[in-house]
Amino acid sequence: MNSPQVACVTRPTPNTLVLSGYWIALHIGSAQTQLESLHATAVATVTADAAGIEALDTVGAWLLNKHLLTLRSAGAMVTLHGLRPAFATLLSVVEQGANELAEHPPARAVKSSSALERIGKSTSETLEEVVALLSFVGESAIAFAGCLTHPARFRWRPILFNIRSAGFDALPIVGLLSFLLGIVVAYQEADQLRQYGANIFVADLVGLSMLREFAPLIAAIIIAGRSGSAYAAQIGTMAVTEEIDAMRTMGIAPLELLVLPKVIALVIALPLLTVFADVLGVFGGMIMASTQLGVSFGEFMDRLVKAVSITSYWVGIGKAPVFAAIIAVVGCFQGFRTRGGADSVGTHTTRSVVQSIFLVIVADALLSVVFSALDL
Amino acid sequence: MRCCRSCSAHWIFDVYSTTKSATSVQDVVIEMKHVSTSFGAHVVHTDVNLQVRQAEVFALIGGSGSGKSTLLREMILLQRPNAGEVHVLSSDLAHLDDMQAMALRRRWGVMFQHGGLFSSLTITENVGLPLREHTDLGDSLIDEIAAWKLSMAGLAPEVGAQYPSELSGGMMKRASLARALALDPELLFLDEPTAGLDPVSADGVDQLILKQRDIFGLTIVMITHDLDLLWQVADRVAVLAEGTVQACGSMLELLNMDNPAVKQFFDGPRARAAQQQAGAQHNVQVANAAEGSSSKPK
Repeated sequence: MNSPQVACVTRPTPNTLVLSGYWIALHIGSAQTQLESLHATAVATVTADAAGIEALDTVGAWLLNKHLLTLRSAGAMVTLHGLRPAFATLLSVVEQGANELAEHPPARAVKSSSALERIGKSTSETLEEVVALLSFVGESAIAFAGCLTHPARFRWRPILFNIRSAGFDALPIVGLLSFLLGIVVAYQEADQLRQYGANIFVADLVGLSMLREFAPLIAAIIIAGRSGSAYAAQIGTMAVTEEIDAMRTMGIAPLELLVLPKVIALVIALPLLTVFADVLGVFGGMIMASTQLGVSFGEFMDRLVKAVSITSYWVGIGKAPVFAAIIAVVGCFQGFRTRGGADSVGTHTTRSVVQSIFLVIVADALLSVVFSALDL
Repeated sequence: MRCCRSCSAHWIFDVYSTTKSATSVQDVVIEMKHVSTSFGAHVVHTDVNLQVRQAEVFALIGGSGSGKSTLLREMILLQRPNAGEVHVLSSDLAHLDDMQAMALRRRWGVMFQHGGLFSSLTITENVGLPLREHTDLGDSLIDEIAAWKLSMAGLAPEVGAQYPSELSGGMMKRASLARALALDPELLFLDEPTAGLDPVSADGVDQLILKQRDIFGLTIVMITHDLDLLWQVADRVAVLAEGTVQACGSMLELLNMDNPAVKQFFDGPRARAAQQQAGAQHNVQVANAAEGSSSKPK
């Protein structure tokens, strides 16, 4: 046996074709290019000698058949001889298949659309999604109102479970990140303040920025990545595996069982996480203040109490429920929009995180405008 | 048919001439010796021994939790048994390096219970994927071959452009079979090929499996609960219960056994109906054969 198992085709004279070697999928690539280069000359009769073919599979047979067809359509009379009986059977099966396929050609892939068409499509999809999100918010609100009139319909067990998984279990990561954020903020300010000898004002800056902005935002962003994505993936997988349909047919409202507990739990948990982030962030700032600026913990606390009003604290905490509602609703909404399979679950999970962080920051900006208008 | 089968087996041997001598002497494609498996304290197999021969349709049956799927996974390198030997296509699965494992994987096709089609690819792309990965064929040729394999599996041409989530259960199974056959495997594993299908689709799959076996001389190993499939298609059947192979033989041989684990497959109205139907067809075949032989005496 020749050691490199390749398919080989040669044309010693224009009227003869010699096929040999291993015509199987794994080794056929070379023959494909050889065959294409042989098409050039058109002749009346071609004799193909296939005695040298050591092995043939469907891919090899398909290629061989295709080549013979090309020769025939170019007007040549092709005779094939020397093919082993088993291979001939296979070739006739392939020939039959190719003929059937030629009669019913498969649908070609959809042609690529123009840029304008794509822009239009994505615009209309976005608009449709906005409308769907609004109607989802409305449906959730109706379900919530329904539960308010019949408080027994609130599902306390999932609410408590979600408070633990989205709130308590997130304490370490939220604490660590806001602590680091406090350190970074104080460290950046230290240089500037030292130039003016205004070291003590580090308490004002750290306190205000952490309590009003950074703590609620960092907590919301972590929860969007941690819990919002989990909600989308969970509900999305349930939609794919028909669990949601099963719930509907059993007369269990999916919104009541899946969405409300998550929203309620997050609205409770996120403000608490924000308080925790406040404490750790300010603590990080205090450590930096004492090492970089020589402001002791006692001085820092004295100044903090004077500089940062209780309003700033409440403004920060007050944003948290809004963020929480956005994250939970967007996560659940994207979960319910999942159709098809695993791919769609991934897409919608990604979307839930991107959209909820986007909306959280937009809401933060709007709230800042509102609070400044109210002189808070 | 028999002649055709052995001839096709011949060309498959030629493809893999390096293993030719080893395989053709034994004529055994899969051999499991004293295989035992357990998950923690849960013992699945205690001592499984079985052989699958060249170009036969071999069925594994057993109650739920009898370890059929585990056994199948052990044959296709998805799981290792705790003890015992598994030889597939004359390779010992316990002592394969990565290259050998890759080469071996190209020689079999697997059709999973739920299709295992990639949801991000169209059906044509799914079927063409093994060719795209393992050969250096051009894209248009791969698409043509994929379309042909789909039509061989009994799917309409327009199905090729759809995604798996748009297909019905029966179409998924057919597409999955087409993908399993993409690289012309010598060995085909089917996990519940007809489960969850309507009778018409299930009959279609029966015919499809037989057709593939006859054209390409495949060896087929399948897990099934479908009594019609067992009677119509399977050459030999192994009954798995209590961690071992209780019995192994053709359905007619199993019919006459006293083992209670085997008996349960032949009692009950469904079993009897399937059996009667198979019996009727068998009689017709025998009659046809008799007619044929009387007109052409040897």
